[in-house]
Amino acid sequence: MDLYEYQAKHLFDVHGVPVTPGEVCTSPEVAHEIARKIGGPVVVKAQVKTGGRGKAGGVKLAADPDEAAARAQDILGLDIKGHVVSKLLVTQATDIADEYYVSILLDRTNRAFLAMASVEGGVEIEQVAEERPEALVRRRVDALEGMTPALAREIVDEALFPEAVRAATADILVGLWRVMVSEDATLVEVNPLVLTTDGQVLALDGKVTLDGNAHYRHEHHADLLDRDAVDPIELRAQSMDLNYVKLQGEVGIIGNGAGLVMSTLDVVAYAGEEFDGVRPANFLDIGGGASAEVMSNGLDIVLNDPDVRAVFVNVFGGITSCDAVANGIVGAIEALSGRGGDVSKPIVCRIDGNNAELGRAILNDFGHELIELVDTMDEAARRVAQLAASRTGK
Amino acid sequence: MSIWLDSQSKILVQGMTGAEGTKHTRRMVASGAQVVAGVTPGKGGAQVDGIPVFGDVTSAVDATGANVCVVFVPPRFTKAAVEETVDAQVPLCVVITEGVPVHDTAQFFQYAQNSGLTRIIGPNCPGIISPGQSNAGIIPADITGRGRIGLVSKSGTLTYQMMYELRDIGFSTCVGIGGDPIIGTTHIDCLEAFENDPETDAIVMIGEIGGDAEERAAAYIGEYVTKPVVGYVAGFTAPEGKTMGHAGAIVSGSSGTAAAKQDALEAVGVRVGKTPSETARLMRAIITG
Repeated sequence: MDLYEYQAKHLFDVHGVPVTPGEVCTSPEVAHEIARKIGGPVVVKAQVKTGGRGKAGGVKLAADPDEAAARAQDILGLDIKGHVVSKLLVTQATDIADEYYVSILLDRTNRAFLAMASVEGGVEIEQVAEERPEALVRRRVDALEGMTPALAREIVDEALFPEAVRAATADILVGLWRVMVSEDATLVEVNPLVLTTDGQVLALDGKVTLDGNAHYRHEHHADLLDRDAVDPIELRAQSMDLNYVKLQGEVGIIGNGAGLVMSTLDVVAYAGEEFDGVRPANFLDIGGGASAEVMSNGLDIVLNDPDVRAVFVNVFGGITSCDAVANGIVGAIEALSGRGGDVSKPIVCRIDGNNAELGRAILNDFGHELIELVDTMDEAARRVAQLAASRTGK
Repeated sequence: MSIWLDSQSKILVQGMTGAEGTKHTRRMVASGAQVVAGVTPGKGGAQVDGIPVFGDVTSAVDATGANVCVVFVPPRFTKAAVEETVDAQVPLCVVITEGVPVHDTAQFFQYAQNSGLTRIIGPNCPGIISPGQSNAGIIPADITGRGRIGLVSKSGTLTYQMMYELRDIGFSTCVGIGGDPIIGTTHIDCLEAFENDPETDAIVMIGEIGGDAEERAAAYIGEYVTKPVVGYVAGFTAPEGKTMGHAGAIVSGSSGTAAAKQDALEAVGVRVGKTPSETARLMRAIITG
C-alpha cells in the first residue's frame, strides 16, 4: 500500500525523522484554520499518489490564512495525471538552502535492502540515476544488521554531502530504517531532503510503501487505506477476502492460483483481438484450495459488475477438487436467482485436473442454459471472447 | 537422480498437527514420500497417523534423521520456524506459508545464507516434487509420473497445468519457487541444478510479472545452460502498479513487465509459448524430436 505524503510524514515524525509541522484537510475553511495555527507563511500541497504535483499547480505558497484558503480553493478538484485532488496538506513554509535525496527500499534482486543517497535532490531521481549515476550512491543494507550509524555515515561521506549536514543526514538514514522495520515498509523515500537557511535538515516530502502481508501486526495500517480511492467492487471483494483487481474490459475472469489467473487474462486478451478487442474485466483468484463458498462469492462479485458481458471460469483442480468448484457455480447461480440477482450473463467453464469428470457431470446435470463447458483453456478463451463481443454489440 | 529431493529424502513437517499440515502430510505419505516426523511446539509426544510429533526441530532431526523440512505454520510463526530449521542444520526447508511479511523473509533468508547450510524454497510456494520418488509440499502427486523434464515455476497452478499437459512424458523434478518478492530459491538456482542433473534432458521455466528474476535467468541460460529450455511468462495484460495475487507480481513503472521478460528469454534462444498449452507443445516437440 502506497501512502500519501501526509501519512508518510506522520510516520517519519513518529520514528524521529524531522519534518515541518502540518495538517491535512479537505476544505478551504479548515486550510485557513490550520494556517492560522501554524502562523506565518505556509505551503498548500495537493495529496495525490503521483509525481509532478508542483508543475501541475498542486503546490502553492501562501503568506497568511486567507491566502491559504484561496490556494486551497484553487487546488481542490484539480486533476493531476488522472488523480483528482480531494485532500490537502497545509504545512509550514521553509526557506531552502539546499536539496538532497535519500531512500531505502526492498531490493528484490539482491534479496536484501538498498539505501540510496544523492546531493542532487528535488529532481526526478531516475533521471539522476540515468544521466549521472556517479551522483547517486547505492549501498546494500543487510536485513539482519540493518542501517547502522556507521553504515549511514559511510553513505553520506561517499555521497559527498556537505560536511555540515553529514551528521544530521546520517541520523535521518538511521531514522528511515526505523520506519522501514517498525512499520514493515518496503520503500521510504525523501525527495527532497532539505537544508534550511537556519541550518536544519528536514524531510520536505515523503513516500512510504507498506507491506500488505504485515498488516496483521499493525492495527493502525488499516486506517491508512483511503477507501474513497479504491474501486467499490474491489472494496466489496476485499470484505469477502477475495483476491480481486478491477480492470477495464468486458470479460469477467475467475480462476484458481495467481499465475493461472494472470495467464487466463492474457489468453482472453489474445482471443479478444479476433473479437472486436474485448478484454478481461477483472483479475480474481479464488485460491489454490478454494471451496464452494469462495467460488460462489467470486461469481457473485463478477456477475454484479456492470461492465461484465460474459464470464470465464478457469479452474485447474490441483488441491481444489473440481466437484467443489462445480457445486460452487451451481450454488452461486441458485442463490443469485433466488434473490432476483443478475443471471443473464453466459458463463464459460473450463475445468480440469482433480475430479474434473465429476465436476463436469455436476454442471451438465444442472443443465443451466447460460453455462457452457469447453475442454481447453485456449478454446474456452475464444468462446468467451466471442460471447462477450456479441453481447456488447461492438 | 533428480534435484534436491529423492526417494531417500526424510521429511519433517512443521505445523503437522494443524488442519492444513495434517491434510497435506497425508497426501505426501499417500504419494510415497517418507514423512518421518512432525514438529509442533508444546505437542511433543503426540502422533499424526503414527508419525511422531516433536516439540522442536533439533529433537526431531536427532531422533529421525530428517533432512527436509516442510513449513505449514501461520505467517506470524514462519520466521521462527525457518530459523529453527537452519539452527538444526536441515539442508532443505520448503516454506509453503502464504502471507509472510517480506521483512521476515529477508531476515530468515539472510540467516540461512549466513549459516551456509540450508536451502530455502519459497515462501508462498507449492513445494517440490520428484515424481515417483518424493514430494515435499502440496503439489498433487497423481498428475504425472517420473520422466526427464525439469520444471521451475513461480506459480502453483501453472505448475500443475504444465505437469498435466505433459503428463505422458513425465518430470524429473518440479519446483514451485513461489510468488513473493523475496524467495529462497530462484529460477537460476533451479536452472543450474537441472543443467547438472543427468536425469533431466530439458527444462520448462515459468515466470510472471514483477522483479527481474526472469531477465537474470535469461542471462544465465545464455551463458551456462546447454539443455533446451522452453519458457512461459504470465501477466502481459497486468496494469502498472497493481499487485496481481502474488505479493511479488507487480509491474512498477516500466520495470517487471512480461514483455521485457519474454524479450530477454527469446534473445538467448529460449522459445516462449504464448499460452501454457503452446508452451507444452514446444516442449513436447523437443522431447519427441
